[in-house]
Amino acid sequence: MRRRRRRRPRLWRVTILVLAAVFFLGPQVSALRYSFVQSNGENGLGNYTQLFHDSALGSSLVTSLEIAALTTVIMLALMLPTVVWVRLRLPRLAVVVESISVLPIVIPPIVMAAGLATLQSHASAQISSVIFTSPLTALTPFYVILAMPFAFRSLDVGVRAIDLRTLVDAARNLGAGWTTLLLRVILPNVRTAILTAASLTVALVLAEVVISETLLYDTYPVELVNTGQNLVGVAVALSVLSLAVTWLLLYMVSFIGNRDASRARIGRLL
Amino acid sequence: MSAVAVHLDRLTRRFGALTALDELDLDVAPGELLALLGPSGCGKTTALRLLGGFDRPDAGRVMVGGQDVTNTPANRRDMGMVFQAYSLFPNMDAHRNVQFGLRMRKMGAAQRKARADEVLDLVGLADHAGHYPYQLSGGQQQRVALARALAIEPSVLLLDEPLSALDARVRNQLRAEIRAVQQRLGITTLFVTHDQAEALSIADRVGVMHDGRLEQLGTPEEVYDRPATPFVAEFVGTMNHVAGRVLAGGRLEVLGSSLKAIGADGQQQGGMVEVLVRPEALEAVADEHGHAIVAERTFLGSLTRMRVTLDDGADLLIDVATRRGLPEPGARVAVRVTSEDALVSGPSTP
Repeated sequence: MRRRRRRRPRLWRVTILVLAAVFFLGPQVSALRYSFVQSNGENGLGNYTQLFHDSALGSSLVTSLEIAALTTVIMLALMLPTVVWVRLRLPRLAVVVESISVLPIVIPPIVMAAGLATLQSHASAQISSVIFTSPLTALTPFYVILAMPFAFRSLDVGVRAIDLRTLVDAARNLGAGWTTLLLRVILPNVRTAILTAASLTVALVLAEVVISETLLYDTYPVELVNTGQNLVGVAVALSVLSLAVTWLLLYMVSFIGNRDASRARIGRLL
Repeated sequence: MSAVAVHLDRLTRRFGALTALDELDLDVAPGELLALLGPSGCGKTTALRLLGGFDRPDAGRVMVGGQDVTNTPANRRDMGMVFQAYSLFPNMDAHRNVQFGLRMRKMGAAQRKARADEVLDLVGLADHAGHYPYQLSGGQQQRVALARALAIEPSVLLLDEPLSALDARVRNQLRAEIRAVQQRLGITTLFVTHDQAEALSIADRVGVMHDGRLEQLGTPEEVYDRPATPFVAEFVGTMNHVAGRVLAGGRLEVLGSSLKAIGADGQQQGGMVEVLVRPEALEAVADEHGHAIVAERTFLGSLTRMRVTLDDGADLLIDVATRRGLPEPGARVAVRVTSEDALVSGPSTP
């Protein structure tokens, strides 16, 4: 009987793995460690407790979460039907739409901020009072555009992973209109893609500084930068918390994705 | 009630320069199962999609139960369809899949559940109601898809190669089940397939399509035994090409036998023509002075297929009932035609 050779990991593989771990985890561990160093130099949870007493930070976080929620809803309402329609009816235009969706990455955010500033200065008082007085109405449309490249790709991958035409035909044949079709058939089957698109959008809104700071809106990332300039420990504690929340969010997406993939594997084996 | 359940009236569909469907006329009687048979690209699926409302024709009309539904969208056509690809909604279990169409028709929850139970029982999957598509085999998924299509009590059932993704054993079993259910419910059905055995075994009538046109429409026996064109003869079953001489009175002399000729009009008496003969219409008898040699013998169960080579070099396939004493490979045989009819495909080529 042939003895199975034990495969040993090669040295260079282990080296790369260790280097990558140090590169990625080193700063995180350092930040975590630093977040427990209080302003008096002692270790403790002071920076974290201070977070909950900083009302400006708290209100900016609420504002940013509101913007993130609205951006996500608008982005999904616009992008999901678009992706479905393009893949279903205009497959030849998919490349064009894909190229257009990349534009927000190519155009620097400062250009958008400058454009918005020009709009603000030329807008009538009535429009200004409706749109530009609140960061929610002023920034959300721009964040929807900024999220487009990430959202489009996530949703497109999800839609391409299902047999879209057959599912659409089957649902239409059974009497479903387009709204029912989107909400009851397509949406539940691209859940992972939607969660990915939503988490990327939320991450983007919680990290975008250029536009909001240039236009003087007090969003969470702007407050984070300001706090960081005055209270470094608190800012680091906040970054650690943000990272933990983002990681948890992505882990949930990955968990749901893996569950869907294992279901599909079982289906193929039967 | 209309004597015709489905009427396709000069239906035409073009995709750019390609005419996928060329003035197709077709009637399907109430309760009939009509199979559209043809190779890939012949237009059969296009016809089905036009009937289902998934596409619009460039010309012609689709009539169902006497009503013109040409411009009615798919979701208002009252048709059930089973697709070639597995089409169950992955996020719903079998029971909810079956209920989907009923929910779209605003049926009450209790009625809906009862109807779903009923049709799942009809396809033998009552005990799989709570299973999701990923927990079902291919055959079971297609059964649920059939139940889902039947649940809405459609005026027409459309089957788009529903068995092609299944293995042979499941395919045969499900084919018989589909036919049994269709006959029990008396539902008008259009079945699209490229598998001639499937079409011949399941349908009341078979329409053979080629290049967007209907080449022949008839019972399975008519299509097989009396093919209207050489294409139908070649596509449905296996055919031998044999040289024949045109005799008087529309008859032919083929391999020493005199046969009634189909399609010999316009052929000159005494001229040579190419004749199409089925393998089961030939017989090979051991004969030392015969004009052919058995080149190969293949056991096919109840039938044995022989390949014999005539002295002029032409090869013929002959199907005979398996029995003892059949000529062995290398044996000299005499080949005779046992059928009364033969189809002329055209003038013989040297």
